[in-house]
Amino acid sequence: MGEIEQMKKEAEALKTQIEAARKAVHDTDMASAASGVAPAPRVQLKTRRTLKGHLAKIYAMHWSTDNRLMVSASQDGKLLIWDSHSGNKVNAVPLKSSWVMTCAYAPSGNLVASGGLDNMCTVYNLKTPVIKTVKELDAHTGYLSCARFLSDTEVLTASGDTTCALWDLETGKQKTVFLNHVGDCMCLSLSPDMNSFVSGACDSLAKLWDIRDGQCKQTFLGHTSDINAISFYPGGNAIITGSDDCTCKMYDLRADQEVISYQDAALNSGVTSLALSMSGRLIFAGYDDFNCNIWDSLKGEKVGVLSGHDNRVSCTGVPPDGMCVCTGSWDSFLKIWN
Amino acid sequence: MPVINVEDLTDLDKAKMEVTQLKIEVKLERAKVSKCCEEISEYIQSGADEDPLVKGIPEEKNPFKEKGGCVIC
Repeated sequence: MGEIEQMKKEAEALKTQIEAARKAVHDTDMASAASGVAPAPRVQLKTRRTLKGHLAKIYAMHWSTDNRLMVSASQDGKLLIWDSHSGNKVNAVPLKSSWVMTCAYAPSGNLVASGGLDNMCTVYNLKTPVIKTVKELDAHTGYLSCARFLSDTEVLTASGDTTCALWDLETGKQKTVFLNHVGDCMCLSLSPDMNSFVSGACDSLAKLWDIRDGQCKQTFLGHTSDINAISFYPGGNAIITGSDDCTCKMYDLRADQEVISYQDAALNSGVTSLALSMSGRLIFAGYDDFNCNIWDSLKGEKVGVLSGHDNRVSCTGVPPDGMCVCTGSWDSFLKIWN
Repeated sequence: MPVINVEDLTDLDKAKMEVTQLKIEVKLERAKVSKCCEEISEYIQSGADEDPLVKGIPEEKNPFKEKGGCVIC
């Protein structure tokens, strides 16, 4: 038997063992465990702001930690910084490459980042008299699908080259490369304690990584297509994923498996984005069918919908204080709801 | 850390990588789903009272309330 066949046989045996171990602790699921919990009230949110300014599809948005400012990215070649309270544009950052797929706000509020088909993550300083490019992080060999700041000196990226990377912003170099996915990495989410992160990829797997030692700790199965969106739960013990297979799933890290799936026979559009309400009770999931559906995370039931966009909802975000949800769309508008 | 060139990985490299990873994961201690779900459920419910999007936001406290008309002082 060739070496590869031997490896594959070994892999299959290990997978069978892992499946059995997961089954052995699978004594219930979330919906059953939460059967005694009162259902979440039907959620009817109104559009409070429609932010107009981009001239093409919006691909990403990210809230600042001040709960007021946010950054959005569009293939019109701009990042826009918005004051969500007034609805005014505070800054515009012209991009060298208009094929942007992600943007991020640093926790300090000093920096923003963007990236996309240029395979780079570009970091900008918002606090200099004129907005300046601080660094171009250039080493990925595939598109940049997601970027997140740990601080003003470290950035995490996810790439179409199947890796994620931790970068040092002072040197502009990769400190750690996270390699284990076999499909394009599409999204990432930092744990609340900042010691780990999860990634979702086109191999339909979600993976948990230790930021400092670079190791993949756990792999989550269940989706049958690309995972486009991922988020840690507020408590840090569970994650939510959204996929082209039209479902969202919650995985518990300590049980090492899926505990509930958010799906509906009538829904046959892929999930593009997701965000959690402050307590984690509500999941706001953006779909290709132009809607954002609201799910009760404990019961697995749909409790509301945000309709109003005229094209795919590409990004969603809830600020840290949980006071609203923002949706961004290919129709070039952002909407704020509460 | 050296830059890993993903394109240089052979099928054998990828197969070895998969086995190495599975050997790590097979050793995981897994907690009962019932216990995990109970904890998550309690955590969420304890936060739900303070969750603006669950309990609603009074009009006067809403920073995003519709911008009003004119006020004559």
